[in-house]
Amino acid sequence: MLAMTAIAALLLVRNLYVMLLVLPDEKHQNAAYRIMFFHVPDAWTAFLCFFLAMIASVLYLVKNDLRYDGFAASITEVGLVFGAANLVTGMIWGRVIWGVWWAWDVRLTTMLVGWLMYAGYLMLRRAIEEPTERAKMSAVVSIFAFADVPIIFFSIRWWRNQQHPPPADLPPDWWMALFMNWIPLLLLAGVFLMIRMEQERIERQLNGLRRTVHAF
Amino acid sequence: MAVPALRGSMSFLRQSLTIASKDLRSELRTKEALNASVAFALVILLLFSFAFEPTEVETRQISGGLLWLVFAFAGALILNRSFARELSNDCLDALVAAPISGAALFLGKALANLALLVTVELACLPVFGIFYNVPWTQQFWPLMLVMLLGTWGLTVVGTMFSALTVNLRLRELMLPMLVYPIMVPGLLAAVQLTAPLVMGQPLAGDLIPWLRLLIAFDVIFTALALTLVETVLVR
Repeated sequence: MLAMTAIAALLLVRNLYVMLLVLPDEKHQNAAYRIMFFHVPDAWTAFLCFFLAMIASVLYLVKNDLRYDGFAASITEVGLVFGAANLVTGMIWGRVIWGVWWAWDVRLTTMLVGWLMYAGYLMLRRAIEEPTERAKMSAVVSIFAFADVPIIFFSIRWWRNQQHPPPADLPPDWWMALFMNWIPLLLLAGVFLMIRMEQERIERQLNGLRRTVHAF
Repeated sequence: MAVPALRGSMSFLRQSLTIASKDLRSELRTKEALNASVAFALVILLLFSFAFEPTEVETRQISGGLLWLVFAFAGALILNRSFARELSNDCLDALVAAPISGAALFLGKALANLALLVTVELACLPVFGIFYNVPWTQQFWPLMLVMLLGTWGLTVVGTMFSALTVNLRLRELMLPMLVYPIMVPGLLAAVQLTAPLVMGQPLAGDLIPWLRLLIAFDVIFTALALTLVETVLVR
C-alpha cells in the first residue's frame, strides 16, 4: 500500500511537470485547459468505481457474502470522492471559460445526478443497523442506480444540446497525458479502497465479537 | 407447453389484481392518503404561483414542468403509505408469507398506487388549468398517455423503494432521497412532453424521442423491480 502511494505521488509530480512545463498552452483556452488532465480521469475513476460497486452488489445478492458488501460500500465512497473532484474541477473550468460556475453541461449534470443517487445509497446504509439487511437493501439500490446512469446521460444530452469540449480530436500527446495522469489517480483510488475495506473488515470482526460477548 | 404457462401468468395477474383491489378498498374506506395527497398537491400548486408570475406567457410555457413537481411531491405521500400501512398487525409478514410471489405482491401494490396517483393528478389538472390559464383539454388523450406513462415510472420506482425503506426509522425522508434522483430521466421526459401538450401543441416531431425515452424508462425499471423485489421483501 505504501509502495502504491509512493508510485502515485512520484507519477503525479512527473505528470505535473509534463502538464505545466512541457505541453504548450491551448490556442483558445490558454492555460485553463490543463485542469482537464484531472477533471476527465476523475470522471473515469468515479464511474469505474460505481460500475465495480454494481458488480459487487450483484455478487452479494448471488453469494450472500458480506465481504462483497464491504467492497461495494467502500468503492462507492471512493467513487463519490472522485465524483466530487470531477464536479469541482468542472465547475472551475466552466467559470474560467464560460464565465459561469454551472452551465448545465451534459456530463457534469449527469455526474451530479449520479452523485446524489450514490449519496442516497450511503444515507440508506447509515439508516439500517442489521448488517445482512443493510447489505441486501443497499445492493438493490446500487443496481438501480447504475442501471440509471446511461439513461440519465442520454436524457440530459437531449435536454441540453450544449457544447461539452469534444473528446475525440485531442492531440496524441494530450491523450497520453490524460492516461498517464489516470494511473496515479487509479492507484490513489486503490489505496483509499484498501483503507476503507480494512475498516469494514474490522467493523465486521467487532460486530462478531460483540455478538459473542452478548451470547454469554 | 403453452397452456400451463398461460395459466401461470393468468393466476399471476389475478393475484396482483387481488392485492390491488385490497389496497384500493382499504384506502377508499379511510381516504387518508388520498385526501392528504390532493390537499398537499393543491397547496404546492398555489405556492408555485407565488414563485413564478402566473399570468406571464413564459410561466405558462413552463407550467407543465411545475405540474410534474406537484405530482412527484404528492406521489411521495401515497408511496410512503403503500407498504407502511401494512406494518400494523404484522400485515406485511402475512402478505410476504402468502402463497403468491413477491413480484405479484409488488405489481398489485404498484397498480393500486398508480390508480391513486392518477386520481390525484386528475383532481389537480382542472385546478391547474384554471390557475395558470392553459388550454390543457385541447390535447386531452395524448396528455393522458404521457401522464399514465410518467406516473407508471414514478409508481414502479416509488413502490420498489417504499418496500425497501418500510422498516426504516427515517422512512419518510429516505424515500424521496432515493426516488427523485433515480426518477430524473423519467421526470425530465414527462416534463418535456407535458409542457407543450398542456399548451395545446400536438404530440409529434421533437416530442417523439421523449416519448420513446419515457417508455424505455418504464420498461427497464419495471423489469428491474420485478426481478429484484423478491430479494427486498423476504427478510
